Amino acid sequence: MNLASGLYQDRASPLHRLPAGLKVLALVALGTAVFVIPDWQILLAILAAVMVLYGVARFSPQILWAQIRPLLWLLVVFFAVQLWLNDWQAGLVVVTRLAIVVLFAALVTLTTRVSVMLEALERAMQPLRFMGVNPEKIGLAFSLVLRFIPVIATVSHDVREAQNARGLNRNMLALTVPLIIRTLKMADDVADAIEARSYDSE
Amino acid sequence: MIELQNVALRYGKQSVLEDISLSLGERRIGIVGANGSGKSTLARLLNGLLLPSEGTVRVDGMDTAKDGRKVRAKVGFVFQNPDNQIVFPVVEEDLAFGLKPLKLPKDDVSRRIDAMLARYDLGAYRTHPSHQLSGGQKQLLAICGVLIMEPACIVFDEPTTLLDLRNRNRVAQAIAELDQQVITVSHDLDLLADYDRILVIDQGRVVCDDVPQKALPFYVDLMS
Repeated sequence: MNLASGLYQDRASPLHRLPAGLKVLALVALGTAVFVIPDWQILLAILAAVMVLYGVARFSPQILWAQIRPLLWLLVVFFAVQLWLNDWQAGLVVVTRLAIVVLFAALVTLTTRVSVMLEALERAMQPLRFMGVNPEKIGLAFSLVLRFIPVIATVSHDVREAQNARGLNRNMLALTVPLIIRTLKMADDVADAIEARSYDSE
Repeated sequence: MIELQNVALRYGKQSVLEDISLSLGERRIGIVGANGSGKSTLARLLNGLLLPSEGTVRVDGMDTAKDGRKVRAKVGFVFQNPDNQIVFPVVEEDLAFGLKPLKLPKDDVSRRIDAMLARYDLGAYRTHPSHQLSGGQKQLLAICGVLIMEPACIVFDEPTTLLDLRNRNRVAQAIAELDQQVITVSHDLDLLADYDRILVIDQGRVVCDDVPQKALPFYVDLMS
């Protein structure tokens, strides 16, 4: 899955302007609500509403499709299992719930800058300071995870290619050891780079 | 002005740099040396990323061992691999990260980001995922990330090593146009040819300190 497809896309829309905290709260509320609603007709109506929100956010149907496409096979499997164990209505309930949560979570990500999301996360964690939690450090850690997933994927691809060239294509040890060493070295360099930019978490 | 007095750096019994005393005030200073000679270590001493085992490093009178954060605000550092320097997943967010310590109003941050990206023709990439930029664009973004903090001096550690010729020329031009004092560690001798001063490092010591016309041939001889 291309992580970038789930990242912020700039548009002039009311959803983009909503506070990040509100959108995350809405995601939590919707995520909870759909799992207590047993009626497939109501769930379908909610799914349609979420799809309409993509239009409100000025996203094309292609962007909407890009969010759901990677899950399509999973939805088909879930529907088939429910059809076999129960009936088609039960299958529809399960796949509609999953589609609502995935599409709404993607909508929140697409309409909210990572930095704004992290600011909201940092604000939400401020009350935990008395327990010794540093919200700025946690925010930075989340950002680094998002930033370095594609970088580590590239390193992993490079290592795999190098090992294939040496005929070690089925050797997990030959892949994981260099990958871990390069990742640790990269972590050192990144820590230096953060320090070089006068980062102050206090 | 950066001043090193009797600086030595050791890891256990292994000596990396020995007895280095320098005053670095020229606008363009190059550092050359073989792999493992200690040149990148010397560069990291200049903004307090590393601290000397002996001696002192001062930036405008501030000791890097005592005023590390203030020193790093004055002396920016651009690393060899921009992938390790860009810490946010989106271009504009990475630039905003460098401005965080200044606690500026949001409009001011946005204006500075616009100006910086426009300066390096990266304006169209403002909301772009940083990992999808080309190698040259990443290196320019890494430079922007340091420049936006308005340092008085920038240290570059092999800034063109990972780049193809077109991107190498683009980055070289960007460095040449900087108003700040620049200290560049490099194997790219063309990049340093019109610098004011070159330091040649060998086995942890400065073995030549001269203008490029003399220091670069000395270095070539040393390596042959």
